[in-house]
Amino acid sequence: MEEILGLVIARYNYWIYITLMMVGLYGMIAKNNLVKKIVGMNIFQTAIILFYVSIGVKKGATIPIIEHSHDVAHQAVRAADYINPLPHVLMLTAIVVSVATLGVALAVAVTVYQRHQTLEEDEILKQIREP
Amino acid sequence: MKALGLIIVALVGAILVYATIDFPPFGDPESPASLHVSPRYLEKTLEETAVPNAVTSVLADYRSFDTMFETTVIFCAGVACFLLLRVPRRRPPAPRQFRHRLTGLTFRIKDGGEFVLPVREFEPVDSIWTPYDLIIETICRYLIPFIQIFGLYVIAHGHYSPGGGFQGGVILGASIILLSVSHNLRTALKRMGEKTSALFSPLGVLIYTGTGVLCLVLGYNFLDYQALAALLPGGPIMARSHGIFLVEVGVGMAVMGTMVWIFKNLASRGRYDEGL
Repeated sequence: MEEILGLVIARYNYWIYITLMMVGLYGMIAKNNLVKKIVGMNIFQTAIILFYVSIGVKKGATIPIIEHSHDVAHQAVRAADYINPLPHVLMLTAIVVSVATLGVALAVAVTVYQRHQTLEEDEILKQIREP
Repeated sequence: MKALGLIIVALVGAILVYATIDFPPFGDPESPASLHVSPRYLEKTLEETAVPNAVTSVLADYRSFDTMFETTVIFCAGVACFLLLRVPRRRPPAPRQFRHRLTGLTFRIKDGGEFVLPVREFEPVDSIWTPYDLIIETICRYLIPFIQIFGLYVIAHGHYSPGGGFQGGVILGASIILLSVSHNLRTALKRMGEKTSALFSPLGVLIYTGTGVLCLVLGYNFLDYQALAALLPGGPIMARSHGIFLVEVGVGMAVMGTMVWIFKNLASRGRYDEGL
């Protein structure tokens, strides 16, 4: 019992992201409306972003801005005092890129709507099959 | 399809949960991700680049090649939206609805009708969006300059506090989008036209790659900002700091231009006449 509790406390964050990711994946697979699929894709991306950021966390550490002052010569920096900056860098670019991909996805959805007058997947497929 | 999706999702979720047993615990300072290259960045960033914010120095110096192509991806997304949606402008339709500025009354001009009243007391209104809210328009008009100043601050102060080109660029782009949402697309286009926003995003990418090529011309590696010490005061370490700033400005311009460009194309379905 103690062991399982320790496992849950140490790793519950991953399970939250997995739940979120599966919600997004289910939206992409099961929803019929294209915009709902795009929303699912965004939830999926958010789960991955949260996952990366949580990898960078260190207990008892602060944000990765090195303490400094102008008149004191800087001492050696202990890496354990600052959280890992690398996942933050990667996700910083990923967030903006995900906004850009969202824009392209919506543009494609608008084009589809202009051609088929609907965003429901089954109706579009029916129109394609019987021209 | 729904049942199949549920089964797939449950299966993938179960496999992922099973995989987490091998993962390092939350907040573990000894996790593999924090042991190899990131301590090097944290320990050397102040010494080598004079930038205390490790995120900025990793983003724009140690891993600047990565960031350069991320900027290019954003630019490509903007171009893709443009090519997908933009329709060639026919004759711009004369605005058919006008609102009297003082009373808020809206007039509709029939086809072939001529507008003879003094025009400066009236403003053109979208045919699909006639409501009008004085409070929202006024508050946004006063708020937007402060949002833009804050965006510039976030870009310029990214070396010493959380911030940088991506964040500041998004804030700047959001200020223009707010103008468009609170007024209408026509007002936003008056402030920042289609050509301006479409020019900003390649210009930002050009500033980024141009900084890299400049380093190449000065006899160093691509994007090795030490080379800029020949042009800027402060020695090779400060040159890296200045190089990061140049690159961040490029990123900010590219992000701002692309956000506004994508929004305009989406909001008006590529017609640039009416929209939010």
